[in-house]
Amino acid sequence: MRHILSILLENEAGALSRVVGLFSARAYNIDSLTVSTTEDPTLSRMTIVTHGSDEVIEQITKQLNKLIEVVKVIDLNESDHIEREMMLIKVRATGKDREEMKRMADIFRGRIIDVTEKTYTIELTGTSEKLNAFIEAIDRSVILETVRTGASGIGRGERILKI
Amino acid sequence: MQISGAEILVRSLQEEGVEFVFGYPGGAVLEIYDAIFRQQQFKHVLVRHEQAAVHAADAYSRSSNKVGVALVTSGPGATNAVTGIATAYMDSIPMVVISGQVSTPAIGMDAFQEVDMVGITRPCVKHNFLVKDINELAATIKKAFYIAASGRPGPVVVDIPKDVTQRLAEFHYPESVSIRSYVPVTRGHPGQIKKAVNLLAEAKRPYIYVGGGAVQGNASAEVTELVKMLGVPCTNTLMGLGAYPGQDQQFLGMLGMHGTYEANMAMQYCDVLIAVGARFDDRVISVPSHFLSQPKKIVHIDVDPSSIAKRVKVDVPIVGDVKHVLRDMIDLLKQTGQQVPQQHLANWWKQIEEWRSYNSLLYTPSTEFIKPQYVVQKLYEITGGDAIITSDVGQHQMWAAQYYPFKRPKQWLNSGGLGTMGFGLPAAIGAQLANPDAQVACITGEGSIQMNIQELSTAKQYHTPVKVIALNNRYLGMVRQWQEFFYGTRYSESYMDALPDFVKIAEAYGHVGIKVENPADVEPVLREAFSPALKERLVFLDFRTDQSENVFPMIQNGKGLDQMDLPPHMRDLQIAPFENNRDYGNMC
Ligand SMILES: Cc1cc2nc3c(=O)[nH]c(=O)nc-3n(C[C@H](O)[C@H](O)[C@H](O)COP(=O)(O)OP(=O)(O)OC[C@H]3O[C@@H](n4cnc5c(N)ncnc54)[C@H](O)[C@@H]3O)c2cc1C
Ligand SMILES: Cc1ncc(C[n+]2csc(CCOP(=O)(O)OP(=O)(O)O)c2C)c(N)n1
Ligand SMILES: [Mg+2]
Repeated sequence: MRHILSILLENEAGALSRVVGLFSARAYNIDSLTVSTTEDPTLSRMTIVTHGSDEVIEQITKQLNKLIEVVKVIDLNESDHIEREMMLIKVRATGKDREEMKRMADIFRGRIIDVTEKTYTIELTGTSEKLNAFIEAIDRSVILETVRTGASGIGRGERILKI
Repeated sequence: MQISGAEILVRSLQEEGVEFVFGYPGGAVLEIYDAIFRQQQFKHVLVRHEQAAVHAADAYSRSSNKVGVALVTSGPGATNAVTGIATAYMDSIPMVVISGQVSTPAIGMDAFQEVDMVGITRPCVKHNFLVKDINELAATIKKAFYIAASGRPGPVVVDIPKDVTQRLAEFHYPESVSIRSYVPVTRGHPGQIKKAVNLLAEAKRPYIYVGGGAVQGNASAEVTELVKMLGVPCTNTLMGLGAYPGQDQQFLGMLGMHGTYEANMAMQYCDVLIAVGARFDDRVISVPSHFLSQPKKIVHIDVDPSSIAKRVKVDVPIVGDVKHVLRDMIDLLKQTGQQVPQQHLANWWKQIEEWRSYNSLLYTPSTEFIKPQYVVQKLYEITGGDAIITSDVGQHQMWAAQYYPFKRPKQWLNSGGLGTMGFGLPAAIGAQLANPDAQVACITGEGSIQMNIQELSTAKQYHTPVKVIALNNRYLGMVRQWQEFFYGTRYSESYMDALPDFVKIAEAYGHVGIKVENPADVEPVLREAFSPALKERLVFLDFRTDQSENVFPMIQNGKGLDQMDLPPHMRDLQIAPFENNRDYGNMC
């Protein structure tokens, strides 16, 4: 099953490679990983999307907690949470496709952030499924490139990951 | 006053009460070696290979309650240390390894003798540091010692660039350390402890399975008290040997791949299992599904949550330090007066005694060939069972574990998790330095000893009179055994041809060497080696043992704990399968 893990870790050189190294050394899956510093510059917050059996997810959580630089780990799946991913997608937009692409972007609440004579670059935010749905909805052959950030997640309401 | 980084390091090690640093110099650590030269507080032990420095520091730690320290130079010195570090990591041994690094501006430039030590060791350390700022050096050393020894112990590497050792700064050694992201648990959850005690009070076939965590956690007294007060059977893993006294009636011997029949059968058929600092290793329980096919309730005490429910699901996880958790369990048992139901326990013991009566460690004595088991048994007798024994890896390691019933923890030092050939001799040196008055013997094979034989020179220099007991079967015996069993006796590259004359080697290094070929000579020669006349000497005993001897019992890969390959004398016995609620009558 797919799980989304939120990790608070010391903002130190090498901390990221320890997390990544752990996943490869123990043959865990990483579907996506995002990381950046938090409002407290000594801490980074990471979101990892992974999948595996309950036993594997339990081991992943425990092994992450064991890393000296990891402060806290939560499995967002355990309760209500929100997740968002951002995608930049560059498409060929010429002739009648141009109008059609604009319409699709609107439907998905995307924004066109760069326009050339022959291309649009669209910024799209949402759950990973929504981004997938957009890709499915448009004609594959017009896609020039896509860049996705991977999911970031946060618990709903009072569920807060802090020191 | 400002002092150099090298001096800060030396002062920090002194603050930690370090007695010995095992190491080998080189360009990147010259500054540190100069600072060592100018101090008297700790002693430096110059090994002949960095791997040996780490094994010696590791065994120093295993045989005492202190953190071993090794010091190596950058590049090849650092890579040579890696096997030693991984060995300590797999067995959860506290250790601090200091490696030199090229100067900070040269890092990443493919500089001479540069290697990314932090990167290379990341998967085999508890933690590691690259110290780029001299002002963080002292605090980093403090943290390194704290991390190595607390929680689940393990090796910590501190990589120090040369310019950091040369720069100047004030020295302040922190008095305490607290790391917000690292807070090991000590006390177990009272609710869980209560559940464990309640399970015991309902147990029909209880069993206590004790591992290396009880040795590392100095919980031998608590283990013994609990087992005694409950009157239940106890087994130790290879790493746990000595945590419960090996000669006691309630001890069933080691369990696992080469465990005794009774220890393994009890493991399979117990109904309440208390695992104490043991990690359900594949060499212990073999196939988890087969192990669990016989229903049992499992209590698992471990300081590392990730050891719990890793290979088997457990009913009562207790995260905490074994010593504290067992103490709380004992107190609760005393307080409530709860006991294991006696009638069931008596029946369980009858079953166990039946299993034990087959004497699965029996071997066929010989007057023609020296039986390796016999050598270990004689060694036990002659040392009064008191020697610190180190071993290498192979058949001899298993025979040492099986035929030397260790009396106390920290008496048996071997590489269980990584299985590192070459561990034994440097380990013996480290153990002897930590225990100057103890008898130390290294049980080894002619294969393993050659992986760090150069340490005979270190032993000479530092007057460590260890006894090397080589069970020389002219084979990589453990490999040969597998080839005999599973590869149609095709002994591919397992014959140790062109062996050196070990007696001459020992003599060349300034030691005493004795070759033993006749079974009748085993005892007298061992007596001589341990006699007062040779007390101060390293003695290398080259026992030419039976080449075809195999280690039994043995659990083949994929087989269960109750599906052992048995020694010849047990093969034709009609052993009744285990039966729940069997009536034992007056059988025993
Ligand atoms: C040739 C060969 C054959 C082998 N055959 C066997 C065999 O037949 N039988 C056998 O048992 N092994 C055998 N081994 C060894 C095996 O590979 C493992 O190393 C060993 O079984 C692990 O022992 P352990 O479970 O006690 O765990 P250890 O590796 O000693 O781990 C200790 C556990 O205790 C925990 N711990 C540490 N400190 C504390 C504390 N203070 N409080 C609480 N918990 C703590 C740790 O987190 C860890 O989970 C063999 C090895 C070799 C090389
Ligand atoms: C460094 C290393 N290389 C290879 C092995 C694989 N191995 C395990 S036991 C063994 C044979 C050891 O031979 P010896 O030291 O003579 O001991 P014996 O089994 O004959 O008692 C080998 C090669 C190992 N454990 N460690
Ligand atoms: Mg051999």
